[in-house]
Amino acid sequence: MIPLAVTMTEVKYVAAVYLVVFLFVLAYLLIHVTKLQRLEREVAALAELVRGRRAEAEPEPEAVQAPGRVSVG
Amino acid sequence: MTYVRDVAALARKDLLLELRAKETVPSMLLFVLAAFVVFHFALPSGAGALAGRGLLWVAIVFTALLALTRAFVAEREQGLLDALVLAPCDRSAIWAAKSLAVLAFLAVAELVALPAYAAFFSGLDETTVAAVCLADLGICGVGTLIGAMGVAGRARELLVPLLFLPLAIPVVVGGVGASVTGEPRYLGFLALYDAIFVVVSWASFEYVVVE
Amino acid sequence: MTLSFCDHGAVRTLRENRLAALAALTFALMGAGIALVFFYVPNDADQGFSQRIFYFHVPIAFTAYVCFAWGAWKALVHLWKRPAGADLESYVAIHQGLVFGCLVLLTGSIWARISWGIWWTWSSDQLVLFLILFLFYSAYFMLRYSLPPGPGRANMSAVYALFGVALIPVSFLAIRLAKDFIHPVVFNRDGPQMAGSMFLTFCVCLAAMLSLFATLYHAELAGKRLDARLRELKEALA
Repeated sequence: MIPLAVTMTEVKYVAAVYLVVFLFVLAYLLIHVTKLQRLEREVAALAELVRGRRAEAEPEPEAVQAPGRVSVG
Repeated sequence: MTYVRDVAALARKDLLLELRAKETVPSMLLFVLAAFVVFHFALPSGAGALAGRGLLWVAIVFTALLALTRAFVAEREQGLLDALVLAPCDRSAIWAAKSLAVLAFLAVAELVALPAYAAFFSGLDETTVAAVCLADLGICGVGTLIGAMGVAGRARELLVPLLFLPLAIPVVVGGVGASVTGEPRYLGFLALYDAIFVVVSWASFEYVVVE
Repeated sequence: MTLSFCDHGAVRTLRENRLAALAALTFALMGAGIALVFFYVPNDADQGFSQRIFYFHVPIAFTAYVCFAWGAWKALVHLWKRPAGADLESYVAIHQGLVFGCLVLLTGSIWARISWGIWWTWSSDQLVLFLILFLFYSAYFMLRYSLPPGPGRANMSAVYALFGVALIPVSFLAIRLAKDFIHPVVFNRDGPQMAGSMFLTFCVCLAAMLSLFATLYHAELAGKRLDARLRELKEALA
């Protein structure tokens, strides 16, 4: 494909350009992935919080609350 | 008509404050003279007059920056800007008045700086003076808006030069071109810059001060 | 607890599918573009093999302009009609523009090195313009991060983004004018008319870059929205 007149340095520089673009996109994705992981951890923490609350709220309402209001929680 | 009256009243307030406090203009004068002395030693002996022409524009832009970073500091420190915004006048009148006040400060500084430049370095020609006048309009118009943005942030003195200098590059190009070549098309370019950016600043100032 | 956080299931699935479709399109276009560049298009008559940098460098520059223009458009929409998400969209578009702008500077610098033997040249209008834009939009981020979040920050960011689109043509004109007194034009990248195969390759690469922008834009926007919603939820639960 590549004619013989092409020098090695030329090929190196062209490859460098395409590699730089690739690395940039890769770095961008990496940052995005770390961010997603952080969001995932936060969601897990929130879910944990909700579960904890529900667990401590569940035993009492049947004794305290009127039957019509149990479904709110 | 009321718009003109509002602008005049607000600008008069700024000029009176400066006359009383004497903060901005003296520091601009000292700064620009000190900058010329620095430039003298920064230029090697063979540098020639053209390099000095370029440095004149560096001095003008940085001297203006001094006034622009200070422009809204008093208002912000005393919470005056919120009161001004509530005043029954067009918000852009605040911008116009402040621009005029800064323009006056800059003009006073240049009245001293340009003759000093002519004495220290090479002389001045009419094209340079005309270019300085045109550039002042653009610098003050855009700079006042940037100054209003800058004081809202945490790092106000740091922020204004960062925001302003990329916008001032075309002014420097037009000014240096006019000083070095003496061609009128650079004056035309400065006038074009003024027209575009003064209109954009005038129209958008309201959004900077109102939430 | 409000239910509005979780009742968008169908909408969200659609959005995720759109993102996946966009990503697949980008992948296909990028592969096709690279294949065309290395195995199809002939060497340039003047610049030889290294002219192949053009097929990425120029589409990236074009995409960066599109990003800045899109950011300014969203800024205008924000100032005009004040819809809820316009500020965030403007910010994300300008962020993308800055990423593509950095790529323009890097690829342009490498191209300058191979064709003229220097890492930087003031005689390429596009490179100088991108340096100015890089400074300008970096200042946009400094402005944004120094202000407390809220309508004030959104307004100021929008005004500054609008200044950007005014600055691009004015700076370009200034750079053209400055050449006459700094030094005359030596190099010219726009050679004669592009051959058909070159034009085809260029168009495929341009489409690839634009769809890359669209993909990253939607991905980042989705992340940012998710972040904001999560913060809202946290405050509601706290």
